[in-house]
Amino acid sequence: MFNVKELKKSILVSLWFMFLTFPIMVIKVNTIYKTIEWRWSRMAWVGVGSFFLSFVWRALLRKKEMGMKQAEEGQEQKVPLTQKLIHDKRFSRPALVIICAFALIYPLVFSLYQVNIMTTALIYVVVGLGLNIVVGLAGLLDLGYVAFYAVGAYSYALLNHHFGIGFWTALPIGAAMAALFGIVLGFPVLRLRGDYLAIVTLGFGEIIRLVLENWNEFSFGPSGIANIPRPGFFGIQMNLHQVHTYIYYLMIGMTVFTIFVVRRLQDSRIGRAWMALREDEVACQAMGIDKTKTKLSAFALGATWAGMGGVVFAAKTTFINPASFTIWESIIILCIVVLGGMGSIVGVICGALILILLPEYLRAFSEYRMLMFGAVLIFMMVFRPGGIISDVRKVYQFKGLNETTKDQ
Amino acid sequence: MLELKNVQTFYGNIQALKGISLQIAEGEIVTLIGANGAGKTTTLMSVCGIVPPRAGEIYFEGQPIHHMPANKIVSLGICQVPEGRRIFPYLTVLENLDMGAFLRNDKAEIKRDLDYVFSLFPILAERRNQAGGTLSGGEQQMLAISRALMARPRLLLLDEPSLGLAPLVVKQIFEIIRKVNSENKTTIFLVEQNANLALKVAHRGYVMENGKITMTDTAANLMANEEVRKAYLGI
Ligand SMILES: Nc1ncnc2c1ncn2[C@@H]1O[C@H](COP(=O)(O)OP(=O)(O)O)[C@@H](O)[C@H]1O
Ligand SMILES: [Mg+2]
Repeated sequence: MFNVKELKKSILVSLWFMFLTFPIMVIKVNTIYKTIEWRWSRMAWVGVGSFFLSFVWRALLRKKEMGMKQAEEGQEQKVPLTQKLIHDKRFSRPALVIICAFALIYPLVFSLYQVNIMTTALIYVVVGLGLNIVVGLAGLLDLGYVAFYAVGAYSYALLNHHFGIGFWTALPIGAAMAALFGIVLGFPVLRLRGDYLAIVTLGFGEIIRLVLENWNEFSFGPSGIANIPRPGFFGIQMNLHQVHTYIYYLMIGMTVFTIFVVRRLQDSRIGRAWMALREDEVACQAMGIDKTKTKLSAFALGATWAGMGGVVFAAKTTFINPASFTIWESIIILCIVVLGGMGSIVGVICGALILILLPEYLRAFSEYRMLMFGAVLIFMMVFRPGGIISDVRKVYQFKGLNETTKDQ
Repeated sequence: MLELKNVQTFYGNIQALKGISLQIAEGEIVTLIGANGAGKTTTLMSVCGIVPPRAGEIYFEGQPIHHMPANKIVSLGICQVPEGRRIFPYLTVLENLDMGAFLRNDKAEIKRDLDYVFSLFPILAERRNQAGGTLSGGEQQMLAISRALMARPRLLLLDEPSLGLAPLVVKQIFEIIRKVNSENKTTIFLVEQNANLALKVAHRGYVMENGKITMTDTAANLMANEEVRKAYLGI
């Protein structure tokens, strides 16, 4: 491992980095005194840091290549640790109990601020699971997903503003509106796949945002809608702390509901049709799967969760404007799905928690957020192309003759 | 059982089928042979409704199907094994087979058909939990045929099942085709470039050139025909 060649490579990398970062890291012009500060110590840090990182990077790459070679040589591929843990009941049961208990006592232990960001993260979990239906299961790359989130949020805000409709009535209406928009988007893109689909959905997302921004009479334009009421609880008056705790529990309930439904969908007939459609459209048609209905249902069911998430988002922040629904949001949600592991529920949950909570806790580094985002994405592409927890589908177990004899 | 009357199918402006007429009776194996690009695949796609014809009529058991969507046609009992196999590479063998039975609800009968295709192709039973994409070419063709059989079709459409396979595997697959026809009375419409093989298992045949049917006869007569021998059998 520690041969001269490797050392040389790392030294070259670190020299290159020192050279590249020289202007921004070392030179500092003091504009008041018109002097130049030379911060040489920083250069040393860059050198040492990049030296070690390049070493670790290549060690990891080698390890990965070795793993691939083993797999190619036909050896039994190791089941990744995460999957082993998920499928081992002795581990997963207690873990589930602990997670549930933690989720339930969370607001009692942590401050209002913590509860708030956790609620936000849970909204992203729900929305991410919705997008997972479209992207992960049905394989339709949707870059305009935030549009449905906006539809949900604006449904509640506008219905409340004009007709005084409450949160609980607005929740199903927002979900239905989003599903309707999902179908509206679905029809024109039925024949598209891959890149073309991505471009059209991206355009769709921007159209919705631009309409909300410019149609002042309808949506109050860029100034948005304020004073959206928080969800009520049988008309009981609650203070700020109580109401946020209440929204938190509401989101926990909604997350559990979402997980339950998405799991059922995955194992259902339509879920299998989505997965088959992702792999081969012609074969699907030859098997009698209705392509139109299957695709539209993926769009509609995916959008439903975004709509519900949008309603909760509007109720939680009590103020929405089009700036909350930019393309950037779509990309974050897509990152949640892709980073977490397409098609995997646990993966999407992990992805949402990491991508939403991490930046909150790293507020100090907020300027480097984008940099870290990029770095994390590249790392994932190279080392875990399947996501943090890649999709493990349920495998049918038919106990035939061979298998029973093998078991004995 | 199946009748095509003057069927014309287009891809955009390109006319691939220039008025095809043919008939298939119940219990028959009928083959359609022709060179590459003659329009054989397009004929099957038109029957299935995946590429619906622009003109002409298609009847299945007397019922017009040329305006029906593809999924309706499958539910009537027509199932296609598409060219190039087109199995689902990331689904397991069992899941692939399960997709074949997508339109069926009778669990017990599905289980029976599963056992039946496993008896036809025992290798698939061994590979049941393996991803479809990891099978060899011959196994994939077996899977594609089995998947179609899981729909329990009365008319099975096969598009070049011998494509790119070793002669021994091809022989095995053609034996199964004959067996399925004689045991289950499944009518088979077999599209092939390998005319020699196809004419050996088929009862009757059609010859296709540039989107038109140029000849039709019993398989034995076609085999003996001078033109066919020159053009398709390489003799
Ligand atoms: N998807 C398509 N788009 C446009 N033209 C096509 C398409 N598929 C086939 N064709 C054309 O239709 C004709 C018949 O093709 P095909 O039915 O695939 O022939 P075969 O199966 O006999 O080889 C060919 O000229 C081919 O170029
Ligand atoms: Mg063909």
